[in-house]
Amino acid sequence: MINIKDLKKSFDGFEVLRGVNLIIPANQITFIMGQSGTGKSVLIKHIVGLLKPDSGEIWFDNQDITKLSEKELQKIRKKIGFLFQEGALFDSMTVKENVMFPLKEHFKMSKKEIEEKAEELLSVVNLLEAKDKYPSELSGGMRKRAALARTLALQPQIVLFDEPTTGLDPILQVSIMKLIKDLKERYSLTCVVISHDVPLAFKFADRIAFLHQGRILVEGTPEEIKTIGEPFIRNFIESALI
Amino acid sequence: MNFFALLGKAFLKVICDCGGIFIFFLQSFFYFFTRPFRIGLLIKYMEFIGVNSFLVVFLTSLFSGMVTAYQVNIALAKVGSQSVLGGVVALTLTRELGPVLTAVVVIARAGSAISAELGSMRITEQIDALKIMAVNPIQYLVSPRLWAGILVLPLLTAIADLVGIAGGYIVGAFLVHIDPGILTARMIDMVDLKDIMSGIYKSIFFGAFLVTVCGYKGYYASGGAEGVGRATTEAVVISTVGILISDYILTTIFF
Repeated sequence: MINIKDLKKSFDGFEVLRGVNLIIPANQITFIMGQSGTGKSVLIKHIVGLLKPDSGEIWFDNQDITKLSEKELQKIRKKIGFLFQEGALFDSMTVKENVMFPLKEHFKMSKKEIEEKAEELLSVVNLLEAKDKYPSELSGGMRKRAALARTLALQPQIVLFDEPTTGLDPILQVSIMKLIKDLKERYSLTCVVISHDVPLAFKFADRIAFLHQGRILVEGTPEEIKTIGEPFIRNFIESALI
Repeated sequence: MNFFALLGKAFLKVICDCGGIFIFFLQSFFYFFTRPFRIGLLIKYMEFIGVNSFLVVFLTSLFSGMVTAYQVNIALAKVGSQSVLGGVVALTLTRELGPVLTAVVVIARAGSAISAELGSMRITEQIDALKIMAVNPIQYLVSPRLWAGILVLPLLTAIADLVGIAGGYIVGAFLVHIDPGILTARMIDMVDLKDIMSGIYKSIFFGAFLVTVCGYKGYYASGGAEGVGRATTEAVVISTVGILISDYILTTIFF
């Protein structure tokens, strides 16, 4: 589905990505894990063209995303959703208006149809009761669900989640991950999840990739990862399970 | 880092900023004509920049006209030429004070708000969210504001000219007791259409300039809440100073 080849990126002379190679398979949940500051968010921002790499390729839909112009990227972005860590909801709009926004921009639908579609999406993420609230009135978990509803409005094939469970209590973390899994089944989504949370990854991931020192250190199914003897991975997993 | 290195770095930053602002202006200017057309947003920002600035522009120009008339009358009295008071006040307002004061008022009221709003959207990733939803953020956020500034500033300036001249007339006719007929006649004699239009042309430039600078600073803000504050301050300072400098340049071109 997405093929990342030898991706490199530096900021002010500091190499964050030093040659990332990763294949993200279709219709699966791929967790990208690693320590804070290893460039996980930088990596997924390249997939939607928010950042341009110094070198390397990202192949999606038989196109190298890194070579596309801003106009060409707009077509790709309709197929790839991105859930920001804090939601990035428009704070001057209500939750429902936020969800209606991409529908108004990209679909020729009547106002009534747009409103119905927005309410349907809010029902999917169990947030219909908060449709008239502003983002500032929502809790962290509600904000993420609202942002997810907005992301789904464009009917993407892939959704990239930037730390969707960070800052939430364990019950909410599980409920958000269950929601992601349900949505994956319902809409046949390919999901890429950035996370530090080892138990959640083992429970919900189809595949896990560890980013370490700017490269993918290991990649495999949760079962494969559990049996890997690589010292950093063992330390990361054991530290998380203490 | 030695003195010359610092000087060079500052110079490069100014050059980069100037280039960046110019490219930003061109993008904002031309994206307005790409689909989807943002007419609703244009009207919204015309109200925000224009209608909502009306009262401040009205008060500023009224009292500027009055104080100009009062001061000029004192100077003219020394050479016994008080009869030209109406003309001098009208010329000062239409050529300089009208467009410049209007632009400065709009920077303070709307320019700072544009910078702060875009800066806040930048640091909370709302601008990136627009990109992700395949919406061109400059076309959506900046182009309608730019065109609102271009369309509204001349109207505000015309109002400022009119109100300022009325303020000068009130002082001339009722406070320093110059014959109202002479006041009006001198205004008509001394002010040409070119004087009025030069101010209007300046205001079109000022409208484009202030929205571009304030928009640019906000759009590329970084560094959290402090960064938004810094961007807003820079936007106000650069656009105000830029308008005063460009006013001089435009005056030398027009006259």
